Amino acid sequence: MLGHELARSSRVRPALRKCRSSRGSTKVKLSILVNEGPYTHQASDSAYQFTKAALEKGHEIFRVFFYHDGVNNGTRLTVPPQDDRNVQKNWSELAEKHKLDLVVCIAAAQRRGILDEGEAKRHNKGEGSANIAPGFRISGLGQLIEAGIEADRLVVFGD
Amino acid sequence: MTTLHMVNKSPFEKNAMQSALGHALKGDAVLLFEDGVYGALKGTTVASELGRIAGEVKVYVLGPDLTARGLGGDGRIADSVTVVDYNGFVDLVTTHQRTQAWL
Repeated sequence: MLGHELARSSRVRPALRKCRSSRGSTKVKLSILVNEGPYTHQASDSAYQFTKAALEKGHEIFRVFFYHDGVNNGTRLTVPPQDDRNVQKNWSELAEKHKLDLVVCIAAAQRRGILDEGEAKRHNKGEGSANIAPGFRISGLGQLIEAGIEADRLVVFGD
Repeated sequence: MTTLHMVNKSPFEKNAMQSALGHALKGDAVLLFEDGVYGALKGTTVASELGRIAGEVKVYVLGPDLTARGLGGDGRIADSVTVVDYNGFVDLVTTHQRTQAWL
């Protein structure tokens, strides 16, 4: 499994240098770790609100990594009530707007039935069973380690 | 090297806040958010712990999480605690060298 995870971790982003915003405050490169599923306590909501605020202040989000039950943020099959927030959609839209790298841990995802096209095919789950949400991708734990190394801060949200 | 200690559990449920306050060094900050905001209230059994570290460690509480729990009114929060919004939360992360989530 480790070899497989590492093989999927080959995508490396070039490190960006810290730069100064027009207001003179230092811009910081942040990585976010989400360890809790949506609609559980509040971690997914806090992580989303924090990420949004950081982006609006001009900071860079190097990556958002979803681990443990956090991978449940990345299924496209959620249908929350219309008067409730849509946590999964919020992430997808934020990713689209800011070109975020949303990474779901492969081992945690497979345990919980979060599959992309490749994984669905590899495990013979049948046509149309891939359920990874737009803007998310499945990869290995190496991506979390890299997120911790490349970013100036790793901010952890969980239960 | 300063640390932002993030506490998201009520001190009446878990000991995360007490642990964070016990480990925080001079110049560190503690942010109470999610159910952690209950630790910022005045007149509770844990309020004295906030006073004990005042001056060495700054304690902040996330305003939106107070409001979400009906605690946003005046006079409910201990005097030594500062209310911040999500922008303030981001600033706390970027102005300290590390963050530690006391999950």
